Amino acid sequence: MFPNLNNLSVYDTTGVDERIARFCSRSIKASSKIEGLKLALSMIDLTTLEGKDTKGKVQQLCYKAMHPHKLLKNIPTVAAVCVYPSYVGVAKKALDGSSIKVASVATAFPSGQTSLEVKINDTKFAVDQGADEIDMVISRGEFLMGNYQFVFDEIATIKEACGKAHLKVILETGELETLDNVRKASEIAIYAGADFIKTSTGKIKPAATMPVTYVMLDAIKDYYLKTGKMIGMKPAGGISTAKIALQYLVMLNEVLGEKWMNNSCFRIGASSVLNDILMQLVKAETGMYQSPNYFSKD
Amino acid sequence: MQKKENNTVFKASWTYDEAPESIDHIQLNEIYNLYIDGEFVKPAKGVYFDTFNPANNEKIASIAEASDEDVDLAVKAARKAFTSWSKLPGKVRGKYIYRIARLIQERSREFAVIESLDGGKPIRESRDIDIPLVANHFFYYAGWADKLEYAFPNRTAKPLGVVGQIIPWNFPLLMAAWKLAPALATGNTVVLKPAETTSLTALKLAEIIHESGLPKGVVNIVTGAGKTGATIVNHPDVNKIAFTGSTGVGKYIQKATAATNKRLTLELGGKGANIIFEDAAIDQAVEGIINAIFFNQGHVCCAGSRLFIQESVADLVIQKLKNRMETLIVGNPLDKNTDIGAINSKKQLQKIEKYIEIGINEGGDIYQSKCKLPKNGNWCAPTLFLNVSQSHRIVQEEIFGPVLAVQTFRTIEEVIEKANNTPYGLSAGVWTEKGSKIFHLTQKLKAGVIWGNTFNKFDAASPFGGYKESGFGREGGLHGLKPYVKFD
Repeated sequence: MFPNLNNLSVYDTTGVDERIARFCSRSIKASSKIEGLKLALSMIDLTTLEGKDTKGKVQQLCYKAMHPHKLLKNIPTVAAVCVYPSYVGVAKKALDGSSIKVASVATAFPSGQTSLEVKINDTKFAVDQGADEIDMVISRGEFLMGNYQFVFDEIATIKEACGKAHLKVILETGELETLDNVRKASEIAIYAGADFIKTSTGKIKPAATMPVTYVMLDAIKDYYLKTGKMIGMKPAGGISTAKIALQYLVMLNEVLGEKWMNNSCFRIGASSVLNDILMQLVKAETGMYQSPNYFSKD
Repeated sequence: MQKKENNTVFKASWTYDEAPESIDHIQLNEIYNLYIDGEFVKPAKGVYFDTFNPANNEKIASIAEASDEDVDLAVKAARKAFTSWSKLPGKVRGKYIYRIARLIQERSREFAVIESLDGGKPIRESRDIDIPLVANHFFYYAGWADKLEYAFPNRTAKPLGVVGQIIPWNFPLLMAAWKLAPALATGNTVVLKPAETTSLTALKLAEIIHESGLPKGVVNIVTGAGKTGATIVNHPDVNKIAFTGSTGVGKYIQKATAATNKRLTLELGGKGANIIFEDAAIDQAVEGIINAIFFNQGHVCCAGSRLFIQESVADLVIQKLKNRMETLIVGNPLDKNTDIGAINSKKQLQKIEKYIEIGINEGGDIYQSKCKLPKNGNWCAPTLFLNVSQSHRIVQEEIFGPVLAVQTFRTIEEVIEKANNTPYGLSAGVWTEKGSKIFHLTQKLKAGVIWGNTFNKFDAASPFGGYKESGFGREGGLHGLKPYVKFD
């Protein structure tokens, strides 16, 4: 069902920034910090999306995903490993036996500049290779031209092509210019069948920001109030430190609350943040920071 | 809206551990004396009263109670100091005020902690809002001290003489700054009385003033309750009274100063209208409602305590408002995560509770957030009253607590009429994405301060003051100099 875009909430950037500042001023200490760090760790979609990716690199990444740290006890694994379709098979095999999901970008990621047919095939290929989750991109050009129906239909078509795989819809908010546009795109994606909405490809600056994520969470909240259906959220790119990850969690905690505070409803698309979280956890356990050299870079 | 009641589902599950601001670095005495003629002196009658931490009702210190004799000494000291202080070049006066501003900045953390300890406001507010604004005010008026000829072109502005300043307990140090800075910049000398429940930061300010080397007698700080204030008001050698506080006391002061030569400015109560139009950015408007009524536990004269929501979005706004209220953290004012602190005094808590009872008895639908309140101390959960009308007492009278009266409206004319239908006229807020609508309303609303798409924002350069029973005279900005000068 195509959403009614005439009555959408609008956003005041100054007001949103103020609210974000409040989240960021929360002081997270002691056991709540450890709880938050572990939760953030469990929400990570460990990602490698480069032209120079190799089978070996993907395998290393998968090993890291399953064994984030050798010495820390009672830590979760990450939620998923996110790769290009051509490495889905490799990742699937490497992660065999674990509960870690394989996510694959598709639909001519990151620009989405190709025909629908190619996008469908791209998606089907990833699903056939065993992807549990598909991260698609929307056609930002069509969106900015006002062809909302086109964007909606495309998402709905890809959703169909996904079959059982979960669909994350990347809005690429760095190209959408305004918060009101972010809300509009969120609305279209949600009504077209997205299981998750996701901020960015990571290839465009700015990637995820807190104001943009806030607006998307607000869209999810309104949809839940209307329909009772829960949509997931994935900020991606830009979340480079444990501190920033905790600030996102504070926002999630205070906007959507307990039902969303898990990795079925919230993911963090990142790679470097993992080591920083591990470093903080080690510090919490031993009382001192270790050199970054003690944390494996995969 | 009732049938969606069960949708308060967005409850936060991750509770934050305590993150209390350290109090090791503050220095407090057990006994505080009066600051008269550049010295800390014992009160003539030797009477002291206690000041309490409203978060646990434990005693913090004993404070001197100034008697008639003490006030007289203070006024005499101020009178003596006026002769030389008023003749100093503006640049030199400015130098002292700049110095006070810098000393406050240097010790801002200590001031913030004491303000929260003595007054109950969350450290987030005293640290991020109160104390920075205090320094901001001193800096701002220090700048005017040697530029009065530009403030009043072609006229010679002269100081009035001895100024009596009586300040409230809701923003103890900030109100002291609002009053002291322009008075000093224009060459007046001052006798200042802080509120009896929150004297500590004013007395710490006396220490800073002492340290700054300000000539003795220019600022005198006398502590005490209403009686001390009345003595200042009735003292024959005081040239001007500046008062911030309740409308009741304001009326008394106006009567007392009638038929005298005393100048007077009053900044009194309010019952601000906060108006949400259907085309507003709803989520930010909800945040604005929270900020308008729950800022400083609602102990704000310009609080947006009457909410008007346009009918078509009323259910949505109320739903979102309730959800947001559930995430407010009420508790220890010194915890960095606290959103709402302690009610300033037992007396004030009783007053708020009485109004909540009145609201219920009048038939208003009450909604309170389900937060856990600490056992000891003075606490009040954030409260809404729905389905109330203009004739309800909780809509008409100033409660000065975290209690919001919610009404709906259909047309612009209706909301203007309702918003102005109050004896007060201090503040209002308008929420709409249409700039033209904001300007239309700012012309029609009888309020001294009107915020567009925000609420409770302050700046030293911006004048503040009321219409009608909310008082007269302006504080802040260029306008704030005028009540402290006379012209030939």
